[in-house]
Amino acid sequence: MIDVRKITKFYGNGKNRFQVLKEISFEIQNGDFAVILGASGSGKSTLLNVVSGLEYPDSGEIIYDGKNIANLSEHSLTEFRKENVGFIFQQYYLLPNMNIDKNVKMGADLAGNKDYKAIIEAVGLGEKMKQYPSELSGGEQQRVAVARALAKKPKVLFLDEPTGALDEQTGRQVLDYICKLQKKYHFTIIMVTHNQNIAEMANTVIKINSGKILERYTNTMQKTAYEIGW
Amino acid sequence: MVKNMVVGMKDAAKLTGISIIACCAVLVCTMFLNFYFDILQVEHLILSEYAMLFYQGQTATAKVVCFVSGGCLMITSVIMMFFYIKYYIDTHKKELGILKALGYSNIKIAKNFWVFGISILIGSATGFSGSFILMPKFYELQNKDHLLPQFSIHFHPTIFLYFVVLPTIAFSILAIFYALFKLNKPVLMLLKEHAQTSSKIQKQKNYKNSLFIDDLKKSTLKSGKILVFFIVFASFCFSSMTQMSASMKDLSSKMMGAMILMIGIILACTTLFLAITTVVRSNAKTITMMRTFGYSGKECCRALLGGYRPVSYIGFALGTVYQYVLLRMMVDIVFKDIGNIPVYKFDIPIMLLSFAAFVMIYEIVMYIYSQKMQKLSVKEIMLE
Repeated sequence: MIDVRKITKFYGNGKNRFQVLKEISFEIQNGDFAVILGASGSGKSTLLNVVSGLEYPDSGEIIYDGKNIANLSEHSLTEFRKENVGFIFQQYYLLPNMNIDKNVKMGADLAGNKDYKAIIEAVGLGEKMKQYPSELSGGEQQRVAVARALAKKPKVLFLDEPTGALDEQTGRQVLDYICKLQKKYHFTIIMVTHNQNIAEMANTVIKINSGKILERYTNTMQKTAYEIGW
Repeated sequence: MVKNMVVGMKDAAKLTGISIIACCAVLVCTMFLNFYFDILQVEHLILSEYAMLFYQGQTATAKVVCFVSGGCLMITSVIMMFFYIKYYIDTHKKELGILKALGYSNIKIAKNFWVFGISILIGSATGFSGSFILMPKFYELQNKDHLLPQFSIHFHPTIFLYFVVLPTIAFSILAIFYALFKLNKPVLMLLKEHAQTSSKIQKQKNYKNSLFIDDLKKSTLKSGKILVFFIVFASFCFSSMTQMSASMKDLSSKMMGAMILMIGIILACTTLFLAITTVVRSNAKTITMMRTFGYSGKECCRALLGGYRPVSYIGFALGTVYQYVLLRMMVDIVFKDIGNIPVYKFDIPIMLLSFAAFVMIYEIVMYIYSQKMQKLSVKEIMLE
């Protein structure tokens, strides 16, 4: 379980100092599909960065199965990310000089995963393993990012606007792959989005605005990627 | 508008490496060439055959030093400037693409690259002035046995023209033409962030069962051949100049040895620092992603910079051979007719000492950069 307790985060100094996260608290169960929903500038990406261990909060606790990661050293936090989390970003961030196989291997090596090619197959890119990111479409690149993140067998997968740079059809396809793979590998999903429709796919929805939680609810009927509006 | 959007003095200031190389080259060459011109004027006053042989040795040394040091350092400066222009264009593709899309011609944009010649002006002018500070002591040591008639230091405008004015103009023109050549791309190719044609991608061999870190090491090395040259050059300078300065103690003055040692260390450290900084900067996103996924700073450093270690050892070996051959040539050919020249032998302890110092400096630099990688801000890179 992920237990986030009274997280605060400030940016800037002096007169320019402003609070991005204001005592945010929530819980996410293992294997859950949670969406953090909010408009641009609401603090949702900062929240994702803090909860995933990419940034330190200024105060508060982030407890993963009883272990608070908010006070870990930089080295221990790196170890934590290595063992527990995977990331998918809007801009893919694939390595341009490495082919698909090697991009995915980046994640696989961290977990000693020798069967990572099965994940490339699972995202439908088995035929393109030797191609380079610049030779793929946006949707294919994002599927490589999905395979790379899952190849390290994460317990929690963090997604920051994963469909933000994709068209509707490709976006639905990528989300569908992610959901199918979650059912297969049982990892927890925490996705940040501004798209209300995508939130309908999640089990837990946390709505935030100006660094505060506005609403937290559970969807009784989760929709598939092809059932939601866009 | 175009001036504000393309290169400016601030960008030229980043070319400190070129300025340092130019400074070292002009400092050494001006000292020797000025000395050469000044002793030419007293040639008719030399009466003894032994003094004439010494005179011929000195003029030959001046020519060799000017051609070898000046030539090598000039070629390195040209390569470094081309590298910077290419790097600048690659990292400012979008801005340059927008200018081209708005209708600015390649020549209009390329003309702004003349400022890269300023780095040569700064370096050569500093080297030229510095040489005149060192010259009195240098002249005194070159003629400490008073074999040559009395002669004084003169200012030779031709040297100023050849070593300061002409290189500045030539490098500015070269910068414009090279930028013109590099800008000759379709607008869309500049505007797309990762517009890489399939033919341009470094196709890799499939190293079966190799780790990602090892694959990345090989890929980084292959994609930055010019950086390989700079690392080789840095270790070459360190190796040749530290060993030469120590081995020359019986062949030349202490001042000469100290000067060579200083120049070697400055050139090596500057080039190594610039090359590694470039590797780290151009791979910032890769490092950030690796750090995000849980790779340690040490692992990132191993993946991106580890491949350069064997390359640096090759540079060291080349430098060792170069300094031996050069000193051998000086003793066996240039000074062959002059008596009392000490026997020159390859100095193994000096080589080992120089190698140990090199390994220590190299590893310290690597450690500093692994710490830097540890501190790269994920947020900043993602926001770019």
